[in-house]
Amino acid sequence: MANVSIRKVVKSYEGDVQAVKGIDLEIEDHEFVVLVGPSGCGKSTTLRMIAGLEEITAGEIWIGGDVVNDVPPRDRDIAMVFQNYALYPHMSVFDNMAFGLKLRKFPKDEIKRLVDDAAKMLDIQMLLDRKPKALSGGQRQRVAMGRAIVRNPKVFLFDEPLSNLDAKLRVQMRTEIKKVHQLVPTTTVYVTHDQIEAMTLADRVVVMNHGVIEQVGAPQELYHNPQTRFVAGFIGSPAMNFLPVQVVDDSGLKVQLADGTKMAIPPERVDRYGPYKGKKMTLGIRPEHMTETHESEKPGVQLMNAKVDVVEPMGMETLVHHFVDGVAVCSRVDPNTKCRPGEILPLAIDMNNMHLVEDSSSRVV
Amino acid sequence: MADGSTMVVGASATTPPAPRQGGTMKRLARRRSMAALALCAPLIALIICLKIYPTFYAIFLSMLDRKMNHFVGLDNFAYLLGRPSFHLVIFQSCLFAVTAVVMKAIIGFILAHLMHNIRGSSQRIWRGLLLVPWVIPLSLSTLTWWWLFDPSYSAFNWTLSWLGLPEVPFLGTVWNARISVIMVNTWFGAPFFMIMYLAALKSVPEQLYEAAAIDGASAWQRLIFITLPMMRNIILITVLYSLIVTFADFDIVRILTNGGPQDGTHLFATYAFAVGIQSGNIPRGASVSLFMFPVLATLAFFVLRDVLNRNKEVAT
Amino acid sequence: MSGATAAAGGPVPRKKSKVGSLERQQRISIRSSYAALSIFVVIFLVPPFYMVMTALKSSAEISAQQGNPWIVQSPTMENFIQLATDASFQRYFINSVWVTAMVVIISMAIAILAAFSLSRMGFKGAQVLSTGVFLTYLVPPSLLFIPLFQIVGTLGLINNTWVLVLLFPTLAVPFCTWIMIGYFNSIPKELDEAALIDGATYPQILVKIFIPVALPGIIAATIFAFTVAWGGFLYPLAYLYSADQATLTVGIVRELIKGDVFAWGMIMAACVMAAAPPIIVYTFLMDYYVAGLTAGATKG
Ligand SMILES: Nc1ncnc2c1ncn2[C@@H]1O[C@H](COP(=O)(O)OP(=O)(O)OP(=O)(O)O)[C@@H](O)[C@H]1O
Ligand SMILES: [Mg+2]
Repeated sequence: MANVSIRKVVKSYEGDVQAVKGIDLEIEDHEFVVLVGPSGCGKSTTLRMIAGLEEITAGEIWIGGDVVNDVPPRDRDIAMVFQNYALYPHMSVFDNMAFGLKLRKFPKDEIKRLVDDAAKMLDIQMLLDRKPKALSGGQRQRVAMGRAIVRNPKVFLFDEPLSNLDAKLRVQMRTEIKKVHQLVPTTTVYVTHDQIEAMTLADRVVVMNHGVIEQVGAPQELYHNPQTRFVAGFIGSPAMNFLPVQVVDDSGLKVQLADGTKMAIPPERVDRYGPYKGKKMTLGIRPEHMTETHESEKPGVQLMNAKVDVVEPMGMETLVHHFVDGVAVCSRVDPNTKCRPGEILPLAIDMNNMHLVEDSSSRVV
Repeated sequence: MADGSTMVVGASATTPPAPRQGGTMKRLARRRSMAALALCAPLIALIICLKIYPTFYAIFLSMLDRKMNHFVGLDNFAYLLGRPSFHLVIFQSCLFAVTAVVMKAIIGFILAHLMHNIRGSSQRIWRGLLLVPWVIPLSLSTLTWWWLFDPSYSAFNWTLSWLGLPEVPFLGTVWNARISVIMVNTWFGAPFFMIMYLAALKSVPEQLYEAAAIDGASAWQRLIFITLPMMRNIILITVLYSLIVTFADFDIVRILTNGGPQDGTHLFATYAFAVGIQSGNIPRGASVSLFMFPVLATLAFFVLRDVLNRNKEVAT
Repeated sequence: MSGATAAAGGPVPRKKSKVGSLERQQRISIRSSYAALSIFVVIFLVPPFYMVMTALKSSAEISAQQGNPWIVQSPTMENFIQLATDASFQRYFINSVWVTAMVVIISMAIAILAAFSLSRMGFKGAQVLSTGVFLTYLVPPSLLFIPLFQIVGTLGLINNTWVLVLLFPTLAVPFCTWIMIGYFNSIPKELDEAALIDGATYPQILVKIFIPVALPGIIAATIFAFTVAWGGFLYPLAYLYSADQATLTVGIVRELIKGDVFAWGMIMAACVMAAAPPIIVYTFLMDYYVAGLTAGATKG
């Protein structure tokens, strides 16, 4: 077990492609960190640099107090689970799991004990004699995890381990991974582009975009206090709605839409947004904060009528798509709310949960 | 491979790199590519010493006189071009290669389709039986053909007279012998075409045929608009490759006719052998072989282009 | 098959009664395929059949020229027994076996190492080399045999089976390397990365992962090298002139044929014995070989 620190790490490929543009990240011992971001943002590259599969162009990576830049993967004492599992097709499950131990010259009975323990934990004892070809996707996934666990490495690395599974199995394996981490609290770096996976698994989530870290934080913190427009838009599903507004002072600080609609900023935020008076900004509001109206509204709630465009019932909630000031937005309403396309639906916007993005820097203020 | 250059880009973009790092990385990468090169060394040595060097050496040899003491320039080539028997060689080589390849391609195509019609486990057995000609070493099966053609004991002629037909001197006249060697080559090579085409047929997605069937295409239209275009590349590669091999063929003619009758069936390879090894005129033999070079190089160019194209196609 | 059914059915669903006739039509098409294939098989198997028939005939039966030559009247193993106890035929066989074994081992060693390097390690010019390998595969043996005659003469290898051990790999290695590159390239990169992380060195990755995983390719390449060495005719004919150095192909074609027509039974028996090893190999491993051969063209 060990902490991992990434210091000003850069990765460039030939032809001036900078996949990772100088990132800093401190990962505590036992911590479960998830790297999340859109495709091509450099998550895998970062993970592979930690693993030693990619050379580090600049900067340093430390594992457990040592710089590992020049240490080959086999001496880094890490284990990695790949998206396509990368099980050795010609070896049985047992041999797959034992391969690393055999190469490290563990005694035979020790190997057997370790493999059996890991197999028990993952509930794959009865599969030990099978070849990977004879396993289902979920079973292969378990074996791949088993292969990582037996070696009891300092760090676990996962690269989108669940994306080849169907939706149901994915949820199940997600829980499994969390359980394993609770049993064996090895420092873990987990890459995914699925934000639900990120939110549910992580102690801390690292949001990456275009080779830089946008924000690091606990899942709830990222949700409630995104620091950039990218994080605000990326975390949460359906995504946050963004509306162009102007901050105006009209008997109290308000945001004004292009069509003239004004919405009051809650009093406790007036100081925070005061300096931006007169500026063009972007208002961010999550679909769950644009809901159907209730009898008694809290303070800070703004009412508005929406002409329903598309209705998507999801079961536990219903998504309503409509336009505000010509911008397509989405609201999340109670499934019992009656609404049909073309009808007018009164909505309550909870301004207590608004976000204001400065357009020039894309930062949330 | 190019850590040196990317290093600079990365470093200038952010922090100065730790100095030792660059050196080690570069050294590691260099050591790795040295090891990679070392693993290829036997292959490279083989290609250079036994393919490239002999090619240039052949050019050098072809410009010497018979005793290999004097440089005679292009005299050997000029001499050959002036000889009627060499004209026959050129004619026969082209006739042999083109006719045999066309025959092989057509028979192979028919066989592949027939094989494709019957599916399931019996296909393996039929394929195995049809591949027998191609599995027996060519020199040995040619010997058997010779025995079948044998003037006094010919089993073919026995059959012909049994059927009440006149006997045929299979290897006795120039044109008969030409047809016979083409026949033997077709017999030997058609199975190769069959398996290449069969693999190609199998790689055509079934949905395409279903889609075409729904669009109302007849069997003939499916062949013209789906099968042939989908197989185009493989047909091309196989035909070009076979042209090379057939053009440079040696075994059949050498054993069946040894160039006769009246030098009418000599190919470049057998003629080069007769001139260079049997008559001991190494330079002239080398010149005969070199006459193949432009044709082979042209064909090889097209094969390579098609194979590389195909790789690109498959990769995307 | 389903394609054909759908085609027969056409875009418009037809009446039940018609479906039966369509099925019959399809059955007829399959039957006629079988019939046509049978004709081809009979034609294709004429020479091997006659080879075996003649091999079973005694010299007396052949020279008598009585009756149907296609059928053996009094089969005998005489020719086979005589060959098996013949010192020079044994010599040819041993020469062939030794040359083939050496060629296969050398070619496969060169090809596997090079393919591993070209597929996974990479160096400047690797792409050029891959292309070069393919081009050398297209060089037929008859193009360079005369300069090679001079070269092996200088090396003092004329009339020595070592000359074949040296030269046959030039025919086998390019294609073997090409096949192996294809098979190695089809192994996902993650597999070697997993092994790297598990603690394997490059030699270990090659031996413990690549070779077992690419075994079908290795079998295909091995068969190819075997075929080249066992059936090669031009090189042994050109470079080995004495009978004691001859391999089977030249031994049979050059030494057994001395213009004596009555030896045909023996010659054919020798052909049967010489053709047996490849036929046995292909019988069991045909699928691998066909896959290897066609992979290059259909999968790249
Ligand atoms: N070998 C390479 N050569 C050049 N560019 C590369 C190479 N590998 C990756 N890249 C580039 O680096 C960037 C980051 O790639 P990376 O694989 O880290 O993305 P990712 O965040 O894992 O995306 P995904 O979610 O699709 O897996 C991409 O733009 C990619 O095109
Ligand atoms: Mg990735």
